[in-house]
Amino acid sequence: MNDRPDYFTLIGQALGDRLELRDGAAPNELYLSLKPEALSSLPDIVALLTRSLGARFTTLVANDERALNGGFFLYYVFSAPAGDLFLILQVPVDPRHMEVPSVTPVLEAANWFERELKDWFGIIAFPNIYRLAVHPDWPEDVHHMLKDFRSDSAVPRVPGTFDFKRVEGEGVFEIPVGPVHAGIIEPGHFRFSVAGEPIINLDVQLFYTHKGTEKLAEGMDPRRAVFLAERISGDSSFAHALAFCRCIERLSGLEIPKRAEVVRTIVLELERLYNHIGDMGAILLDVGYSVGAASAFELKERFLSLNETLTGSRLLRSVAAVGGVRRDPEDAVPKRQALREAVVTGREGLERLYDLIMSTSSVLDRLETTGRLSRTDAFRLGITGMAARASGIDRDFRRDHPHCAYSRVRFQVAQQKEGDVLARLKVRVDEARESFSILEQLLQQHLGEALIAPVSPVPPGRCALGYVEGWRGEIVHWAMTGPGGELFRWKITDPSFHNWRALPVAVRNNIVPDFPVINKSFNLSYSGNDR
Amino acid sequence: MLKNFRQWGKVVTGSFPDKPGERPEGFRGKPVIDFPRCTACDRCAEACPTHAITVTSETAENRKDAEGRPQESGGRIVSIDYGSCIFCGECEAACPDTIHLTRELQPAVSDRKSLITRARYRSRGSGSWEFVEIVADAASDRQSIEEIGARVKARALELFGRSLHIREVDAGSCNGCEIEITALNNPVYDIERFGIHFVASPRHADMLLVTGPVTRNMEIALRQSLEATPTPRMVVAAGACAIGGGIFGKSYASCGGVDKVIPVDVYIPGCPPHPEALLQGILTAMDRFPSRR
Repeated sequence: MNDRPDYFTLIGQALGDRLELRDGAAPNELYLSLKPEALSSLPDIVALLTRSLGARFTTLVANDERALNGGFFLYYVFSAPAGDLFLILQVPVDPRHMEVPSVTPVLEAANWFERELKDWFGIIAFPNIYRLAVHPDWPEDVHHMLKDFRSDSAVPRVPGTFDFKRVEGEGVFEIPVGPVHAGIIEPGHFRFSVAGEPIINLDVQLFYTHKGTEKLAEGMDPRRAVFLAERISGDSSFAHALAFCRCIERLSGLEIPKRAEVVRTIVLELERLYNHIGDMGAILLDVGYSVGAASAFELKERFLSLNETLTGSRLLRSVAAVGGVRRDPEDAVPKRQALREAVVTGREGLERLYDLIMSTSSVLDRLETTGRLSRTDAFRLGITGMAARASGIDRDFRRDHPHCAYSRVRFQVAQQKEGDVLARLKVRVDEARESFSILEQLLQQHLGEALIAPVSPVPPGRCALGYVEGWRGEIVHWAMTGPGGELFRWKITDPSFHNWRALPVAVRNNIVPDFPVINKSFNLSYSGNDR
Repeated sequence: MLKNFRQWGKVVTGSFPDKPGERPEGFRGKPVIDFPRCTACDRCAEACPTHAITVTSETAENRKDAEGRPQESGGRIVSIDYGSCIFCGECEAACPDTIHLTRELQPAVSDRKSLITRARYRSRGSGSWEFVEIVADAASDRQSIEEIGARVKARALELFGRSLHIREVDAGSCNGCEIEITALNNPVYDIERFGIHFVASPRHADMLLVTGPVTRNMEIALRQSLEATPTPRMVVAAGACAIGGGIFGKSYASCGGVDKVIPVDVYIPGCPPHPEALLQGILTAMDRFPSRR
């Protein structure tokens, strides 16, 4: 913390005429409030924060605060380059105009966020004519995130068709895929434009699994919303629930028992392990290497049943709670033994699997140079997590914004440069290795018995971020409480919302039969994206 | 399950416990209410995130005599719906004396109503309640996965003269159900040994296995998937969302369950359903169909 530059003074001197600075409810949040008269300089400020200062965009939250203070506010959240700090740029929106200057021209990573803003709030930033977060049969003038829209409203379907980017020319044709896919996966529609085998363009239509999660949570008791958070993305049940719990804890200033922090870290790593191992299997399956895939799926199943033994739930549900955890995976001797044994046999299994892959040239041939995402593109699009680390971007919230017990364990942040399917597989292997090492270190730590902080009322009218490095990448939530401590606004950002933009770039000029393996190498969440 | 931590190269399939229901200590299975002990207060109902447990005043509608004439009301009904239950354990935490989470899975049923257990209470005055009777009892069933698998195989041959082909349709789930359905294909469960195949298109399928609350944006695709499935066909709703919307319920974005959109033959409870529960549900669906021969 001591090596953190004094951003307060730094930003205050440079932009003090346009911004008001204040500390957030949580100690590592600095709010930069843009003065209404300086609205037109928003892109300049964002450029200054990202380009000159090196801050990285993580999410954009919109909030209908008309009932509180007569207007809308946007919160652009940045991760500061050094020291554990978040810079949150608060921008007022005049409800009579519902327009803000777009920051996309200076920050491409904000593109989808600005388009969702238009579809869900009716606030126009980036004047893209294409819809993103609502389907064509959704009425133009209905915005479900406005407070005057009731979640049980019946919304009529209107005529409309998807607008896909058309590629024309001799021999060019389109392949439509989805929303119901051939495999047992989530729904989405892909429209390929191809000439022969190589993919010229891919358009992705998502939001088939939109369940109105953020809207449903409005007015909900935060403790109950934890169960909703567990169902944002099934493969990240614990990570999402934890990110949300951390929002509430941070805005309440709640202290978490040390043992609970250790348990949280153990469970996060268990979630990382079963997913990384399962993805290795899925990648192998998509290149037709059944032996490797079967081995990986068997290993994954061991971890799912380990989860069941340790927590009572194969997907690690009902473990997270506001203030701590509900279960201790080490509270009985057989459980402790199971966990220790899993670290040993799991590590062996992983190494065997990795050796198998690296010694099978037909597999390597399919993975190398396939679906390459360059560092430049990854950086430009704001790609996060495992996919970013495979393209040479050195970022990991576990190290950069230490949470849970990560400051008490040693681990390496995995790095690959190639950005191809093989690089993403190698990052998974390296991260799984580190997970075993983290688990080993945590098994030595016995820090008291308390699993959960005493229940205290959630304070009204506060807001805070909650973040976690899930297995896929940074999960960032932002929550604000209403007058009775109920949820007023809850914004969910799954890493998939950033990373879906990588897929069309990575598949370009690859052949159609390689699409499944490229898609799997990112393994993005549809439900986490669509919410 | 820990005995499955075996060395590479050994057979991992078929190592299930021969006796069913052997889930580990602390497994979050079917919550059971000790109705005679229950005092029909509503702490558990308050705690339940999906309103699977309700405590309601008895109305003329649910209190009828043998001839169907409404009777004098005034009692209370405590009801638990395993179709909506997400097995979170909040009820147990709210009332540890009366409710406990067993290690059992709630089996799938073809009649939605048989996922509900209800009990009636009468007033003892001064706001306290006394147990009278259990009005309806949810189905229970205990079989091993091998037993179920063998019956599926026999039934598929009887019905179709061949194996069973399933098309999975995600109608907006969180992906939790997909993780468990995919697990059926892993070497440990390996359901292909029972003649069950997951196919790439509804046109090749005998059964649609549907997950998710059916989002507004998947409603049309789900209807079209059913139209594309040749008859005889079956529809299985897997998971709390598919059964009745689960935690997402019914909203502008969610239809609130598969049977609000297409007819459903079998409901598999769980959030998500355990792979064993999925297989048992698939068998239940097949039992619903008359034999060809």
